[in-house]
Amino acid sequence: MLVSVSRRRSLAALAALGATLAAAPALAQVRIDISGVGGTRIPVAIVDFRDEAKSPQPIAGIIRADLERSGQFRSVDAPAGLNETSMPAFAEWRSKQADALVAGTVNRLADGRVDIRFKLWDVVKGTELIGQAQAVHPDDARLAAHRIADLIYEKLTGDKGVFATRMAYVTKTGRRYSLVIADADGEGAKVALTSPEPIISPAWAPNGRELAYVSFESGKATVRVQDVQTGARRVLADFKGTNSAPAWAPDGSQLALSLSREGGTQLFAINRDGSGVRRLARSSAIDTEPCYSPDGTQIYFVSDRGGGPQIYRMPAGGGGADRITFNGTYNISPAISPDGRTLAYITRTGGAFRVSVMDIATGDSQQISDASEDESPAFSPNGKLIVYASRAGGREVLMTTTLDGKIKTPLLITTAEVREPTWGPFASQ
Amino acid sequence: MKLTRYALTLIAAAALAGCGSTTKLDEPAPVATAQPAPAPAPAPQPPAPAQTAVKTVDLDAQYTEQVRDKRVVYFDFDSDVVKEEFRPLVDLHAKRLNNNKKQALTLEGHTDERGGREYNLALGQRRAEAVAKSLTLLGVAGTQVEAVSFGKERPAAQGSNEEAWSKNRRVELKDK
Repeated sequence: MLVSVSRRRSLAALAALGATLAAAPALAQVRIDISGVGGTRIPVAIVDFRDEAKSPQPIAGIIRADLERSGQFRSVDAPAGLNETSMPAFAEWRSKQADALVAGTVNRLADGRVDIRFKLWDVVKGTELIGQAQAVHPDDARLAAHRIADLIYEKLTGDKGVFATRMAYVTKTGRRYSLVIADADGEGAKVALTSPEPIISPAWAPNGRELAYVSFESGKATVRVQDVQTGARRVLADFKGTNSAPAWAPDGSQLALSLSREGGTQLFAINRDGSGVRRLARSSAIDTEPCYSPDGTQIYFVSDRGGGPQIYRMPAGGGGADRITFNGTYNISPAISPDGRTLAYITRTGGAFRVSVMDIATGDSQQISDASEDESPAFSPNGKLIVYASRAGGREVLMTTTLDGKIKTPLLITTAEVREPTWGPFASQ
Repeated sequence: MKLTRYALTLIAAAALAGCGSTTKLDEPAPVATAQPAPAPAPAPQPPAPAQTAVKTVDLDAQYTEQVRDKRVVYFDFDSDVVKEEFRPLVDLHAKRLNNNKKQALTLEGHTDERGGREYNLALGQRRAEAVAKSLTLLGVAGTQVEAVSFGKERPAAQGSNEEAWSKNRRVELKDK
């Protein structure tokens, strides 16, 4: 009796401890919460998959959340019972005001993998649009659901989805810095590096497998490259002075970065293995924050050769630079859209730092954020969104915005300061 | 004559003994407790230095002591000019580095929190290099100083006001 009571007590204590640990700020819990989106949203019914409990993650729920968060879909109530082998009663679904319908099945394979298959129907026309099956490691069930959401998104909007992509960002909790990788929806956050010294400027390799970043772990800024999956790290640049601002060339063979090893902060290129350092430009000013055009032929960068910092462009191998930004006295942190047409950057107006976008062809620019300390814009791989660091309620947060600035979404944060976002490339299927 | 000489020798010996440098072995050693000291002794006097004492003057240590509380150079907003008031500080560091060519410094540039992280890193670098240049102009070897930057990542003072900002726009001179 006594034994069982104390056992029950210890179990209760364990449960309480578990709850405390779950609530502890081990990871910044980041979620994208798009709400208040007006306009036309496609009504879509996602039926719970048959035998969904065989998956460690709720497949239909993840798909629903992805599509709703994009701001382009509205979820329609869908009772269970349908699967990908069913013949839907389209008239019934039309009466529920659904334009599209998704159903599927989950199975456990003998080798432990999870088999997930689904179909997407056009309810209005009464036709099948996609049918697909994938077998994944149970830990990748969430990824599989994001991929299905991407397929649906692409089929119904014509644009590639970014639900299966990942973000990297830096959190600061007390004096501890962490480089964190999360799904684009903010779920499944995992710490890639934790350090007592600052980490800044993470940059995804085009293959999505490596991150380059600036770490101050050795008492100064050095550039490191880390294999995300294995954790293997290597020093890319540790020269005299400061090593910073890594940017991958689109083909992943080399990076541009800024080094002070020859005095001043100047632009260099370096092979991905750290060999072949070569100077790209020579100025008596600060040249930093390089950023390749998507075709790899140009480098956009920040220079204060004209006084205040402005954005310039030069051939990727070096050469004469053209000034790109002319409005205002302080324009920094260039990012180029995947189609190469739009420049996102930070501009100072009054005492505020805000995200602006410029049509590169016309030079027309527009401020799209409205806070006062916005930083580090980065494009989603489909070019539809920009993620950036901001400050709200005295805390560092991440925001996403459409390119017109009309739909802004905070990434909900429970604990740490969050900064330095970078959006990974499309995941390989 | 003989006596006189002996007496002179004694006097000389006594004089020398007075200096405390030589003592005849067969004479009883002076015992401190034998002296009747007045009851409330004033502050104990340090013993007189030995006649053969040599006080080492370690210039390294002296120069190091001189810069002990002179390790930070502050800057005006948006400026990398080493202000006149910090010239004496820079001079002392130069004297120390020139005296000991094996001594090396890391010059850590910092900025206030306003603006981008990478651009601030470059601004901090510029400040650190300005201090490095001031030192090399005074004869310090380039290999003795490394200018690096922390940008706005490591503020000395928290707060979003000029008081904090002015403390954060700085270069810290640290021994390597």
